Amino acid sequence: MQTVYTDLLVVGAGLAGERAAVEAADAGFSAICLSLVPARRSHSSAAQGGMQASLGNSVMGEGDCPDVHFEDTVKGSDWGCDQEVARLFADAAPIEMRRLAHWGVPWNRVVPGKSIYFKGGKQFEKVEKEEKEGLIMARSFGGTAKWRTCYTSDGTGHAVMCTMDNRCAQMGVEVHDKTEAIALIHDGETCSGVVARCLRSGELRVYLAKAVMIASGGFGRIYPNTTNAVICDGGAHAMCVDTGVVPMGNMEAVQFHPTGIVPTDILVTEGCRGDGGTLLDVNEKRFMDIYEPEKAELASRDVVSRWMTHHMREGHGVKSPYGEHLWLDIRHLGEEHITGKLREVYEICTSFLGVNPIHQLIPVRPTQHYSMGGVRTNKDGAAYGLKGLFSAGEAACWDMHGFNRLGGNSLAETVVAGGIVGRKIAEYLKGCETIFQTALISDAVKRQQTRIDALVKCRNGSENVYRVRAAMHEALNKGANIFRTREGLDACVAALQEALVRAKNVGLRSDGKGVNPELAAALKLEGQVKLALMVAYGALMRTESRGSHNREDFPARNDRDWLTRTLAIWKSPDDTLPTLEYEPATTVVEIPPGDRGYGKSEIISADDKKE
Amino acid sequence: MSRLLKFNIFRYNPEDTLSTPHMEEFVLEETDAMTLFIALNRIREEQDPSLQFDFCCRAGICGSCGMVINGRPGLACHTKTKDLPGEITLLPLPVFKLVGDLSVDTGSWFREMYTRTESWIHTDKEFDPAALEERMDNKTAVGIYELERCVECGCCISACGTARLREDFLGAAALNRVARFLIDPRDQRTDADYYEIIGNDMGIFGCMGLLACEDVCPKHLPLQNQLGFLRRKMGITSLKRIFRK
Repeated sequence: MQTVYTDLLVVGAGLAGERAAVEAADAGFSAICLSLVPARRSHSSAAQGGMQASLGNSVMGEGDCPDVHFEDTVKGSDWGCDQEVARLFADAAPIEMRRLAHWGVPWNRVVPGKSIYFKGGKQFEKVEKEEKEGLIMARSFGGTAKWRTCYTSDGTGHAVMCTMDNRCAQMGVEVHDKTEAIALIHDGETCSGVVARCLRSGELRVYLAKAVMIASGGFGRIYPNTTNAVICDGGAHAMCVDTGVVPMGNMEAVQFHPTGIVPTDILVTEGCRGDGGTLLDVNEKRFMDIYEPEKAELASRDVVSRWMTHHMREGHGVKSPYGEHLWLDIRHLGEEHITGKLREVYEICTSFLGVNPIHQLIPVRPTQHYSMGGVRTNKDGAAYGLKGLFSAGEAACWDMHGFNRLGGNSLAETVVAGGIVGRKIAEYLKGCETIFQTALISDAVKRQQTRIDALVKCRNGSENVYRVRAAMHEALNKGANIFRTREGLDACVAALQEALVRAKNVGLRSDGKGVNPELAAALKLEGQVKLALMVAYGALMRTESRGSHNREDFPARNDRDWLTRTLAIWKSPDDTLPTLEYEPATTVVEIPPGDRGYGKSEIISADDKKE
Repeated sequence: MSRLLKFNIFRYNPEDTLSTPHMEEFVLEETDAMTLFIALNRIREEQDPSLQFDFCCRAGICGSCGMVINGRPGLACHTKTKDLPGEITLLPLPVFKLVGDLSVDTGSWFREMYTRTESWIHTDKEFDPAALEERMDNKTAVGIYELERCVECGCCISACGTARLREDFLGAAALNRVARFLIDPRDQRTDADYYEIIGNDMGIFGCMGLLACEDVCPKHLPLQNQLGFLRRKMGITSLKRIFRK
């Protein structure tokens, strides 16, 4: 058995993981990132729109500053975020964007003079200032007061990922790709590495480290319809849940993006609406301006997704063999804009739909997109429950997004949090001496080998991994979607509990030799169902509506009882439900809970609390 | 009744001593808007769970699913079955090391390429967190991004005559990478520095000009122009060297 030792081991080689690894390497420590795929294929690279940072270079961003960005972020979170963290983020974001420029990101820049832009289908004119020429440009995004989203055409994630991976190559950060971590090595107090499976040979390998970081992205693939890459399967989260001591935060907070294309759920960027695209119904009429006169298509994602679903329920959806959908109209932006600043959108439409968005409407519907929930950490990125375990990016519940994140804030979070947490990890490493317990390590490996043998030999049964996974998909899709009710969630939890029993009885149909993809799927299935239960059970217990968590039977945001963060722990492997605990959403309050200025406004005030 | 598609898929598991390279046939009923991503996943879930292939974003953005589709390297995710005949032959990309069936190891190849081309900005300037960002002309920024759009799928390398003859040839993806840094004003390397990297038969002078790289590039990168640009630049650098001697 090969054993690899390093100071910092990062599970995931997307932007958050690589950014933190660079920080550790900069401080003189060795760092290795494990990745299912070559680093540049990480889902970070799929982010098209941009990164929010209050540089205020564009004329439409004038007067922007971290305070305004902070306020937008807190409002966007529906006051579910940790305000101390949102403050850290908003303050550091401009510096981090400039650092990326220094490292090589080709940000689009300010071009002085007159130009036209669109808002709500109408044309306007703006004049960029001479003195700002060549500084980083920004575009408009939903839920923000100013133009704040820094971008590289519509390949921002890709461009930043290339630069970050280049930086890793330069700094000597190793990326072990085609490697999947399957279990944490820990003694219930300290985390000391992982057992991993090589996806080139199928062999098990041990990685030992003083600090382990989970930066594996979201877990959208527990839903059937998602914009997430196939690698966003929650495998690393499952590994944390399996420890029995690491809690997941706010798992019920799941964001649905308004514009997934039908039928494949590939995302077209919010930049479409930011740049002036409109949503149309079956009669090709705008409707968002009726529901949200002020922000219209540019209200935050949870609000737009909800109104879209509502509008379809009212009978204004377009019928198709794949269910109902609505239209996204960007035709008025013109060929130059669509094939330039929205080229990925153009390519996705032409390659996957056979639709030319210069002349045709794009079929869209709200689709699972982002996991606000994840490994609960403190403001330093240190996970609750295990010393030496850290997390950042979408994988973490750090928690600057609360119950809804704003477009452009997650891509920015990856590098900003990666930088902040990376520095904290470097501090931790400086003061860290460790002893690796050989018995602990061999036990961990033995346990994984036993699991694999049982799956290959069908020792626990011969349930079909793909069918159990489909049962989980269906349960979540039905019960824990955009609109939620007690009945729906009750049924969802029951169906998932049934799926959990079946997941424990999975057996392979193939021989399991070598890399074997069926084995990879089987190894994470039980954990995925547990994550699904955390989502559904957390949603069932949270009797209010906040951000993307919308209970039709409890339509008000209830600050009196629910200004809290859910912590879900799987205490014993025999449990059939997670244990839920709650902590205050924030301990530092810069902005007391109030109206967001868009979306529903029914609020049960925290002031109603009886002393 | 929709078409019954016949898939001939290359099968070999190097980790199984009993496995030998061979073609295997699968039959699948075509559905509306079917892509090879949908088809291969259905084959794996319904017919042979051991079938190896790579997909990640399944949206043409990440470059994972390069394979040879009816004789031509391309991305499987955005290949629609309705654009193909009823018989579809799938092979792994050549040049890269085979992992199993349709899956190849592009990661190691590209990581080595980063080292050989020193794929990062070379500058002696320190980052100052208190200062404004350095200005850049927007046209330059857009120009750099145009070359940075490569998704490292490996299709250009697999379609390259020279790369298939000699292992040490850098290939279009790497040469394009060099061009990206060459036009970046932040990178302080000179033409002579780049000559050290690509001024030989492993680099720009090994290119036979067949241009299959550009034909198969799923991102439609202007590879032909870049190869021409580098060849001119390195040709001039080469002449300067001769006269200096």
